[in-house]
Amino acid sequence: MDTTIIKGFVALAALAFGLSAHAVDITGAGATFPFPIYAKWADAYKQKTGTGMNYQSIGSGAGIKQIQAKTVDFGATDAPLKGDELQKSNLVQFPAIIGGVVPVVNLEGIKAGEMKLTGAVLADIYFGKIKKWNEKAIADLNPGVKLPDENITVVRRSDGSGTTFLWTDYLSKVSPEWKEKVGSSTAVAWPEGVGGKGNEGVASYVQRIKGAIGYVEYAYAKRNKMAHVALRNKDGQFVQPDDDAFQAAASYADWKSQPGFYQILTEQPGKTSWPITGASFILIPSRSDKPASTAEVLKFFDWALKNGQKMAAELDYVPLPEGVVKMIADEWRAQVKDTGGKALWN
Amino acid sequence: MSSAATASISLPAEPSAVQREPNPPSQRRTIPRWQDAVFEGTTRFFALFVLGLLLAILIALSIAAVPAMQKFGFGFFVTDVWNPVTKNFGALAPIYGTLVTSAIALLIGVPVSFGIALFLTEMCPVSLKRPLGTAVELLAAIPSIIYGMWGLFVFAPFFGDYIQPLLSKTLGNVWLIGPLFQGAPNGIGVLSAGFILAIMVIPFIASVMRDVFEIVPPVLKESAYGIGCTTWEVVWNIVLPYTKVGVIGGIMLGLGRALGETMAVTFVIGNAYKISSSLFAPGNSIASALANEFNEAADPVHSAALIMLGLVLFLLTFIVLAFSRLLLAQLAKGEGRST
Repeated sequence: MDTTIIKGFVALAALAFGLSAHAVDITGAGATFPFPIYAKWADAYKQKTGTGMNYQSIGSGAGIKQIQAKTVDFGATDAPLKGDELQKSNLVQFPAIIGGVVPVVNLEGIKAGEMKLTGAVLADIYFGKIKKWNEKAIADLNPGVKLPDENITVVRRSDGSGTTFLWTDYLSKVSPEWKEKVGSSTAVAWPEGVGGKGNEGVASYVQRIKGAIGYVEYAYAKRNKMAHVALRNKDGQFVQPDDDAFQAAASYADWKSQPGFYQILTEQPGKTSWPITGASFILIPSRSDKPASTAEVLKFFDWALKNGQKMAAELDYVPLPEGVVKMIADEWRAQVKDTGGKALWN
Repeated sequence: MSSAATASISLPAEPSAVQREPNPPSQRRTIPRWQDAVFEGTTRFFALFVLGLLLAILIALSIAAVPAMQKFGFGFFVTDVWNPVTKNFGALAPIYGTLVTSAIALLIGVPVSFGIALFLTEMCPVSLKRPLGTAVELLAAIPSIIYGMWGLFVFAPFFGDYIQPLLSKTLGNVWLIGPLFQGAPNGIGVLSAGFILAIMVIPFIASVMRDVFEIVPPVLKESAYGIGCTTWEVVWNIVLPYTKVGVIGGIMLGLGRALGETMAVTFVIGNAYKISSSLFAPGNSIASALANEFNEAADPVHSAALIMLGLVLFLLTFIVLAFSRLLLAQLAKGEGRST
């Protein structure tokens, strides 16, 4: 009996070692927002090259911690790290994908895209200052739309999230009061409202509470056919959220201006720009003690950024513009090295 | 295989074989001392290991919570601010939410469980006893995430559309407790979380109560019935006093589960760091705050504050258990005097 168990363990161990011996799989962890596209890329890449990529969507903050502790080959975060933080942790940062966050409402008779709001009004709603849907501030923006005499229920994320980071960053840019009293982060002290866990939590609260307003990733709103709101952008135009509007916002970004491609794409100029757009970032070590794995990570993202655009569009993400992809390759060449100082990308 | 097994068993006994030979029947009882010692040592190690683990967890939590302790001190327990941006944290709102939801759960759960146990042991037809008992136990086996999802998608809409309006129309006008049942009936909040918790603790409390009710010696009950007691009188005056230690144990088991429940509460409590007069308003519990924020807590003070919350929950559970022990000790003392 004992011997059979031991044999079993030996066989298992052999199997495990055998597997890890011939697979050069790379592992990553972090932001939940880009998880669907990373998973899709990983699948296609595995079929093409045989190299697998395991991505754990454990949240941006956890992703940063994991790459700092070097338990994964790359980390992913929605809120980019600033230059000095990158330097301190010896990390290189680059954007991988772009997406948008949209406000969604549940109001009888109001269809997707029918209601228009401005950032300032959104901030007042999230402050709890505007309490009813037919108040003047909202009615003035929506002539001809029949607004119900209903209480507004504010819905937001309860878990820390990159989506919340983009949302509160936008509100901070359009409302000085929001910036001062609440600020922007992956989790904030909300003055008002109920918190749902994850996009699905917010979506289900909004769908079941009449008069609710919430915010979710664009892809999530689209797939669940939720009533999104048109927003007024920096140029004073009301825009509907779609891939083109996110792309427009991304095209105004000045990626070169700050180290680590530090760019938050909210409230960008441009007639057609969607104001709550954001990039999701990848973190890799700048002095890799596992150069083989880091090189594989670079190969993977090189392939994904050059060949993964169509897959991204299918999932309602926006691929990076070609110019940015070139800049990223330059950054790799200059910054990503092994412990001996040898460049890992050429 | 079998011959090899017997051989290996008799092998360690070999040295004492000579002693045993004159008296074969006692052969099985004389196990060599060192085996006893090894067995005792092993079991003692297991038991102490649990204690050590408990201490290790406590120490690890305390060390990790140091940055928060240094920064906030005792104020941590009495402020209800929770602001990750300004890095200002206070645990009052989640502590309040944890205690209130657990209290609601027990307020609903204990009478219902008592009813279930009473019916199953005293009044239930034999043919129903097994299926009903199994159903109660099955309820205990459902993972809490299922309760959470069911709570969010099924219970909360029903609760918000029918139960909450009814409550605010009736209890909402009662003096003193009225404000508790006023506010927007959207099905999400402290009261909903309490209800879900009640459903979750009922199987625990009910099955413990049923088991202890069943061990009451029939002769006690029969003599009570014999002098003309009703079923209620038998249960209230004979069964309950006889089993109170077990009943309280069952309630504490339920309370322990309610205090620490995470996923089910997170889904329906609304997750707002607020203390409101209304039970319809969203609140937060310690466990759900941890579940929500730990992943993204990149800032050291933030994660230390969350770990400190965990420590508070640990201590809260400890206090509850200690209190129940004390209660049981008091009961035992009273028993000695009155009878």
